[in-house]
Amino acid sequence: MMASTLARKIIARAAGRKSVTPGEVVTAKVDLAMIHDSGGPRRVEPILNDLGVGLWDREKVVLISDHFVPGDTDEGARILELTRQWAKNRKVAFHDGEGICHVVLPERGHLKPGMFVVGGDSHSPTGGAFGAYMFGIGATEMAGVLATGEIWIKVPGTILIEWQNRLADGVTAKDIMLALCGKLGMDGGRYQAVEYTGKAIAALSMQERMTLSNMAAELGAQAGLIAPDATTAAFLRDTGQNAADWSDLHTDSGAELLAHHVFDAATLSPQVAAPHSPANSGPVEDAPETPVDVAYIGACTGAKYEDLRRAAAILRGRKVASGVDLQVAPSSRQDQDRAEAEGIMKVFEDAGAKILPNACGICAGYGTNRLGEDVTCISSTARNFKGRMGAASSKVWLGSPLTVAASAVAGKIADPRDFLSDAGEAS
Amino acid sequence: MSGRVFLFGNDIDTDQLAPGQYMKGGIDMLAAHCLEAARPDFASTVKPGDVVVAGTNFGVGSSREQAAEALKHLGVAAVIARSFAGIFYRNAINLGLPVLIANDLGQVEDGDTVDLDLDAGELRLATKDRTIKLEPLPDNLKRMLADGGLVPHLKKRFAEERKRETGQ
Repeated sequence: MMASTLARKIIARAAGRKSVTPGEVVTAKVDLAMIHDSGGPRRVEPILNDLGVGLWDREKVVLISDHFVPGDTDEGARILELTRQWAKNRKVAFHDGEGICHVVLPERGHLKPGMFVVGGDSHSPTGGAFGAYMFGIGATEMAGVLATGEIWIKVPGTILIEWQNRLADGVTAKDIMLALCGKLGMDGGRYQAVEYTGKAIAALSMQERMTLSNMAAELGAQAGLIAPDATTAAFLRDTGQNAADWSDLHTDSGAELLAHHVFDAATLSPQVAAPHSPANSGPVEDAPETPVDVAYIGACTGAKYEDLRRAAAILRGRKVASGVDLQVAPSSRQDQDRAEAEGIMKVFEDAGAKILPNACGICAGYGTNRLGEDVTCISSTARNFKGRMGAASSKVWLGSPLTVAASAVAGKIADPRDFLSDAGEAS
Repeated sequence: MSGRVFLFGNDIDTDQLAPGQYMKGGIDMLAAHCLEAARPDFASTVKPGDVVVAGTNFGVGSSREQAAEALKHLGVAAVIARSFAGIFYRNAINLGLPVLIANDLGQVEDGDTVDLDLDAGELRLATKDRTIKLEPLPDNLKRMLADGGLVPHLKKRFAEERKRETGQ
């Protein structure tokens, strides 16, 4: 057997082939299709009607409402109603208001290593953290998948990204990704498969790995994979799934790669990205003095349980600086419940934070609390394109949830490591 | 099919193909402003059957399907480039706009008259007696393009399936 990559092994299996070669186009059977309220029912139903067909397999479709939750605008409320009706009519698994799709999907046990999955959202590569080949597609393609269960794919090459050693205290997966966006650029992924590897990656929890895979989108990759290991198995056990034989789900040594980048995690500083691109990144200690109006801990890449726990370690016993609006939108209800039970939500409340619904919120540009004119925001989200989170004149800096928490306390962009010494550790 | 070459450089992005400020105006308005930043007279002079030739990373930017739709709306027969941005490439094929990769585009000049042969995977420069090799498309994508894109392709497939079922 020729040495192969994780990406090629999964695609070959889905295409019913022994092996596949980068560059060739194959038709693959989809194991799971995830859609949400924005790009889902309201866009795919008219196409399904036009085609005159129903779902290829309702048990392989998961619908999650997250973009228009909590429905605080007339349009949002109308779209949520349409979404709920569709879920009933089409009899699909539906998670309504339980959190952001990329977090809810694995949390509710829908993902397994080796699966070939499509999602109707650009951050769908998140599923790669579980060793699934998952990528984002538009509404027209999604309608095609829902009708047939199939999709064509140009077999990608693999760009291996290795992080050696361990991240220092106060440095996170988000910092790795902002650094990579700066080093490789937003087209550095070349719409191929990125695979993360190395000691620093192996040491990360599943939620941290999800941040790496999620932001493969910001690298311009189609997928962002991490081979399953004992950490993956433990997560799956906790979500009620049986372990299977995943021993072949890795990139073989000697497999042909497009590139192999090697970085040192131990020397990485917390990163911030200046407006208006994740690629405008650099070490927080080099950032100019920047007062902030809004500090936003939210989104699929920045407000999972673990993000909340580590941000709270910085906020414990401290108050948000006067004039700063700290907003916390936990990624999922389950993560918020766990944080609540452990006293973490109380830390946010005591510090003066505003708690928002478990939804995409202003990261997707929705809702009533979009950033106003000339507002400067530090955010734990994945992208800071001009006008995405509010007014075109607003300026969004990106940082880890720890950096956002530290900045909320300081009233300006701040290095989270300066807040760790007396708090013990936040890692 | 014979047409004229419109030549562009590298990194033609989706904002140039489907400018954001005209997104609400529908496909007619978007197409009228397609590529105007790079070439103001493009939409007014391009004719059905003409071919867009470009460098690397054509279609980089957002996932908006209108970037490919605008070119198709203007009657562009194909885009031939040294490389394409991944999402644009998918969208173009699914909307029925042929996108072809050519490693060597030397000697192609703006305004050249060309014959495009999708079956043979060749672009013939009529006046120069030269043929550019295009990377072949697999048969399934060729069929999808011939049907006009993913939705018409599936319509045809389902109609054939129904015919078979009722015929038996």
